[in-house]
Amino acid sequence: MRGVWRENPVFRQALGLCPALAVTSTVANSLAMGIATFFVLISSSLLVSVFKRIIPHEVRIASYVLIIATFVTIVEMVMAAVVPDIHKALGAYIYLIVVNCMILSRQEAFASRQPVGRAVVDAAGTGFGFVIALLMMGGIRELLGSGALLGVNVFGPSFEPWVIMSLPPGGFFTIGFILLGFASYRHHRSSRVMKRSLALDPQKVT
Amino acid sequence: MDTLVWIFISAMVVNNFTLFYFLGLCPFMGVSARVSTALRMGAADIFVLVVTAVFTWILNTFILGFAPHLRLISFIVVIASVVQVVEMAIRKLSPKLFREFGMFLPLITTNCAILYLAIFQTNRGYNFLEGLSFALGAGAGLTLTLVLMAALREQIEFSSVPEIAKGAALVFIIAGILSLAFMGFGGLLSQI
Repeated sequence: MRGVWRENPVFRQALGLCPALAVTSTVANSLAMGIATFFVLISSSLLVSVFKRIIPHEVRIASYVLIIATFVTIVEMVMAAVVPDIHKALGAYIYLIVVNCMILSRQEAFASRQPVGRAVVDAAGTGFGFVIALLMMGGIRELLGSGALLGVNVFGPSFEPWVIMSLPPGGFFTIGFILLGFASYRHHRSSRVMKRSLALDPQKVT
Repeated sequence: MDTLVWIFISAMVVNNFTLFYFLGLCPFMGVSARVSTALRMGAADIFVLVVTAVFTWILNTFILGFAPHLRLISFIVVIASVVQVVEMAIRKLSPKLFREFGMFLPLITTNCAILYLAIFQTNRGYNFLEGLSFALGAGAGLTLTLVLMAALREQIEFSSVPEIAKGAALVFIIAGILSLAFMGFGGLLSQI
């Protein structure tokens, strides 16, 4: 379950960046994308783990991709039928779940070696981390870009929207500053640890 | 002819794959540290994009009319095998070029730009020449942004950057500024 936060796929491992930037201009889109990816990740981890002894080692990547592509096709058809608006807004990015390196890396690194139960738990953790990352990005971008959350106005009419946050550059800026925040937090924490160890043992200075 | 030129320019700068559609970000982050590697990656990208465009057109015209729901699966299989075949062919024909491309060719399979090109081409209903021009433009755009970013990062190595901003955070913020600059090209399209 470390995938949820400590090894968050987007912020810590830099996986699945394309969808994380492309569809997060509003919270609703982020949520839909997150749920779709979550479903694909869990189902393919389950299947890969079940068939891990049957899949020959040489063609394993191709087999994983085929399994993932099958589930993405299912998700795409379901979304087209149930939520046509969001399906239209996400467009071709639904198909791009297939090449989301986060999913493939979980199959290769975990699901193909572990029993079914653990594979599913791991997939759920990583998938959940992905949803959280998308929601953070979507929340920040929608809040600043249009002054609303899920379409509900938050700041009142006097707020001048930062249109740039909903446009492509905003995606780069948002993730850049989130990573900056993480880095500065880690920096502060490690310097505090350093100071404490210095206080205990002054000889360590060198 | 006019349309072909516009498709090329639009794919290259106005709707740049990296900065406008956020495609191919993994190689964008990964291999943009040196201008020379960025150029090689760009060349490999252009090559695979053009070959994919040809195969997509063949699939769309002759086969997928009968089984539209197999589109995604057949595209991804075709891309993976095209990359594999291209890799083997280059190794056989020109070992020197193969060493230059090195590990970049297999990486391209998971580059979402390639799959996106195939899907986009289908959705827009491009014919053969339009598809080729789109692929060339997209490839040129990817190369352009890779080289721009690599050149910037080579400069940054010699400047004093705050410790916490080093690495991915800085690259993303630079990409944001580049993306802002590229939005200026949007004016090109409203001219016509």
